Amino acid sequence: MRWLLLKDLRILGRSRLLVAMLVIYPVVIALLIGLALSRTPGRPRVAIVDETAPGETLKLGTRRVEVHQYAKQLFSQLDAVEVPTREDALEKVRSGDVVAAVVIPPNIVTKASSGLQQGELELVYNGDALEQSLVQSQLSSALAQANLGFSEQIQTTAATAIDQLLKGGNVSEIGAPENLVGLEQIPALLDRVIARQPPGADREALKRVATFADFAAQNLILSKRVLASVGQPIRVKSTLLHGRRTPLDKFAVVVAVTISLMFISVLLAAGAIALEREEHALYRLLRGLVRVRVLLAEKCALAGGCGFVVALAMLAGVGAFVSLNWSRFGLWVAALALGAAAFAALGVAIGALAREVRAASLLAFLLSLPLAFLALVPQGAVAHGLYDTIGAVSFVFPYKAALQALDAAVNGSSPAIGGSLVHLAVLALAFSALGGWALTRSR
Amino acid sequence: MSAVLQVDGVGKRYGAVQALADVGFSMEPGEIVAVIGPNGAGKTTLLSIIAGSLVPDAGSVTPEPARVGWAPQQPALYARLTVAENLELFARLERVPDPRAAVRAMLEQTELRSRADTLLGELSGGNRQRVNVALALIADPPVLALDEPSASLDPAQRERLWRFVSGLAAHGTAIVFSTHNVNEAQRYAGRTIVLAEGRVLFDGAPQELLAQHPEAGTDLERALVLFLDARAGVAHAS
Repeated sequence: MRWLLLKDLRILGRSRLLVAMLVIYPVVIALLIGLALSRTPGRPRVAIVDETAPGETLKLGTRRVEVHQYAKQLFSQLDAVEVPTREDALEKVRSGDVVAAVVIPPNIVTKASSGLQQGELELVYNGDALEQSLVQSQLSSALAQANLGFSEQIQTTAATAIDQLLKGGNVSEIGAPENLVGLEQIPALLDRVIARQPPGADREALKRVATFADFAAQNLILSKRVLASVGQPIRVKSTLLHGRRTPLDKFAVVVAVTISLMFISVLLAAGAIALEREEHALYRLLRGLVRVRVLLAEKCALAGGCGFVVALAMLAGVGAFVSLNWSRFGLWVAALALGAAAFAALGVAIGALAREVRAASLLAFLLSLPLAFLALVPQGAVAHGLYDTIGAVSFVFPYKAALQALDAAVNGSSPAIGGSLVHLAVLALAFSALGGWALTRSR
Repeated sequence: MSAVLQVDGVGKRYGAVQALADVGFSMEPGEIVAVIGPNGAGKTTLLSIIAGSLVPDAGSVTPEPARVGWAPQQPALYARLTVAENLELFARLERVPDPRAAVRAMLEQTELRSRADTLLGELSGGNRQRVNVALALIADPPVLALDEPSASLDPAQRERLWRFVSGLAAHGTAIVFSTHNVNEAQRYAGRTIVLAEGRVLFDGAPQELLAQHPEAGTDLERALVLFLDARAGVAHAS
């Protein structure tokens, strides 16, 4: 095996373009995927036209909330470009300078104040179906956040007014006369007056007024509580069932490294075994000079070794920018080693089945990339049955197991690393057996 | 003298095609045997089985493949290794006691010393074939199986190859080769095996084949055509 390995390393050393491609290509792809995963979407660049009159306010009793506060809330959620007119906004959307335009119409205050209609915003956007979907999704979220902030201001104002009605005193802010009696104080005042009244119709009438005042005060207190909860009726409290949550940037590192490991190991193993056949050396080797399992082990060692070295270097390199736990280094090595072995075994099987280098490389590439993407599809993103199918496909190929093993090794996430390592070992043996069968059946 | 190569009842099938059926013959040291026959007769399959690169469905071959030197029709070499590196790799895989000395000897014998450090992919077809034959000889095997050894050679290279092969036979190496060039079989082989549709139709000296068809005179190719036509006629009649 030593001489075959030296031979392959020598051939690899003389194929500098191939080596460069094998290292640079997966690293670039891995970094792009890693960046895409680790960066949350940027704020959409949106043109905003505020057609309301400057300083226009929404009146709540005697208090006023500036409508421009709403625009401010909206601006904080977007990369806002203020434009003076609707036409300017449309032109910016057409030219692609902004992804959409939001028009706050002049009658929004009238409608919101009427209590009969909701205020309406106009949203204008362009682009293909994917862009439209993205813009709609991002703007819906931004508008929801702005609506929430605005409604909180209205609630605060309304709650203050209710409080003042209940407690009384000098509440000229809501247009009341000075030293106004509070609704909460009325039942006690009336009880004192009733006690001095002789029995009769007047006394009974005053009792009914006192009962009403007490009931009204209680309900106003309740209204205040309801007002506080109606803006955000349900809060989310998150609980992770098991394991530890992996921060997105660290998970992106694991995804990027696993993709590099996969590409190098699978492509190199597939190409190396197919090259033996293409150069007609395979049958010379297998006529008693080398056993099939030794040949497969050598190709796995070559491809897996190269993949392992690049992936470990990448992980260590990324560790300079993202805080990684180096005390888990032994687990990194175990996860990368078994991942490399499983990927290389898959490559060997592909190379043995494909018979020539170009076909083997193409097949390895066509198989690897979709498998990597499938393994990243989160539960709930697709229909239940489709997710189960994706899960079954991901189970019989090494990418997902390698990703889980490396995530567990680097980030201590669940599931535990042991199961993934055993899974990878079983896949390595299964794909090696498939490769061996493909090589021997042609003899 | 005892047989150095023994082929007994060898059969090989590719799906529905019977490539070889009950093929048997033996060879003695120093003997040169030419396997001739039409395209698809099973010549390459037979030599590949003798070399151990194909596994027969029936029958047996002795000695074991490691004791048979093999030069396949298409050179089985690494284009990105030099001539010397190719020879040294296979010398080590064949467990030759002193691989470097064997490489030097092979480079001398095949007159490739000046090309030792040339990448194989940069060699001409003829020189590549010489390396292919040199690889077959690197472990000094008692039997040499050459599949169309002169196919890509010019007349001068062919002459040099056969001089070299005859020299090996003179030193006791048994050589079995396949060829489409019947004149080559007539000139260099002491014995011809005619193979058609996977069966041995004739096994004897070229002169015996000529004697069966006197109208061919000394033209072995003509005698072979007449022989195959006659056999086809018998097959049709029966």
